[in-house]
Amino acid sequence: MGIDREQLLHVAHLARLELRDDEVERLEGQLNDILAAVSKVSELDLSDVPPTSHPLDVVNVWDEDEPRPCLSVEDALANAPERDGNFFKVPPGGTA
Amino acid sequence: MIDTLRLTAEEAKRLLETRQISGAELFAAYRAAIDAHDEELHCYLHVCDDPGGEGIPIALKDVIGTKGIPTTAGSRILEGYVPVYDSTVVERLKAHGLRILGKTNTDEFAMGSSTENSAFGPSHNPWDPSRVPGGSGGGSAAAVTAGLAPWALGSDTGGSIKQPSALCGNVGLRPTYGTVSRYGIVAFASSLDQVGPVARTVRDCAYLYSIIAGRDACDSTTVELPHAVELPEAEELKGLRIGVPKELNEAEGIEPGVAAAVQAAIAKLEALGAEVGECSLPQSVEYGMACYYLITPAEASSNLARYDGVRYGYRADATERLEMYERTRNEGFGDEPKRRIMVGTYALSAGYYDAYYGQAQKVRTVIKQEHDALFETFDALVSPTSPTVAFPLGARTADPIAMYLSDLLTIPSCMAGLPGLSIPCGLSEGLPVGLQLIGPQFAENALFRIGHALERAIGFDAVPERLR
Repeated sequence: MGIDREQLLHVAHLARLELRDDEVERLEGQLNDILAAVSKVSELDLSDVPPTSHPLDVVNVWDEDEPRPCLSVEDALANAPERDGNFFKVPPGGTA
Repeated sequence: MIDTLRLTAEEAKRLLETRQISGAELFAAYRAAIDAHDEELHCYLHVCDDPGGEGIPIALKDVIGTKGIPTTAGSRILEGYVPVYDSTVVERLKAHGLRILGKTNTDEFAMGSSTENSAFGPSHNPWDPSRVPGGSGGGSAAAVTAGLAPWALGSDTGGSIKQPSALCGNVGLRPTYGTVSRYGIVAFASSLDQVGPVARTVRDCAYLYSIIAGRDACDSTTVELPHAVELPEAEELKGLRIGVPKELNEAEGIEPGVAAAVQAAIAKLEALGAEVGECSLPQSVEYGMACYYLITPAEASSNLARYDGVRYGYRADATERLEMYERTRNEGFGDEPKRRIMVGTYALSAGYYDAYYGQAQKVRTVIKQEHDALFETFDALVSPTSPTVAFPLGARTADPIAMYLSDLLTIPSCMAGLPGLSIPCGLSEGLPVGLQLIGPQFAENALFRIGHALERAIGFDAVPERLR
């Protein structure tokens, strides 16, 4: 399985990356090399093997739903590139 | 006169407790060493002033969040970011009085094996500055070897603590997954990321691990240690059974000098009383790399979605919101995070999920089962940590897959969530060779015991010849 330019641009959009033309050029070759290497996993017949998503057998951890101190508004906004009062400010736009 | 090149944390602690040196003198000695050598080695991205106190100084890989101290993860997208809270590991260090010397260089978002993916330029190996210190935690490893810190914390996803320790000739532990909190750590691949110690001796490594390990209410993937950390003392290994997995010791690409140094160390293990036997991990090494380079990009593509220019970090100029996201991420991320975000997004996308990510998760089960089976017979496994000694800067940057192979021998046990300790076992071509000990989950004490006895038997001089 390989990735063509159209798929690459689609994936870049899904990942919200605006790639430059020279990057598209370079990535197309590199991604196909990487995908060819990782496709090795398909050599194994593992239809009866369960997947592992996590290395420890831990189950969900429940916590009491009790309010406790958290970041102040000032701390939460301390690294904001732009703020408006108690809000993060972003440029307008409806599609994303 | 404090010799930062040879002082262990254990000895520093004793000198402080008996008031033979003051906390201020000790901190100043490391700052002077940093001033003298860091221009050449570039271990640090940020150096701190002495916060006062009598504790041992420590360096932290720059993926570890530190309140009031910049934390960049080696990325432009976090340039200028100053956390407003401490990670749990930093809280624990501070509770023990430890003082932060600075933040060390790393491949961007810990993605790499040489520090050459750092947006702020590479670190250099103290044994030979024309060579890489390994990565991603090359800054921490180089700082400890060069005497610019007595010890340090790194983080390890597929080898980022052990491989740099091997290439720099010091001791690094990747702890059992779940024993050290990830709260406040810049996330790369959450089902693998673990913080761990880098030190000059196995005992220092064990002591630092005892400070940071244990359950944390802020990280629900953490567990309590089943037994307390023991500082190793034994100098023999009677009764221990150590396996030598064929595939990890005979893999293509292992340099002859590396294999020879490790084989000599294995003979010492036997001389110390351990029972040594051959064994096999037939699929783990063969399929480990492919599995790792599907699972970790998939998790990274999700974790790195948070860098969108809204709440913190870099934001590109744009008049419209989608444009702002896409431009911020393209200008803020370097090549390696972009490659991994692309691979991960693709591997998780509709139509490809089962063939790539789903299949990789099943391979992960096979890797775990193969290791579990060996630990019915053996207490630990041994192999080289890295197939090669430190390679020249630039040697692997043009070929991502060649760089990925640097972690061939560390990746399988990481996928299985197992602890691994790397100790120096000799030189090849004048550069350190690392030996890796892998144990079952929560077997850190056994690894420390074996590592300590072997370290004594080998008597490796961890100070680079050019600095002696």
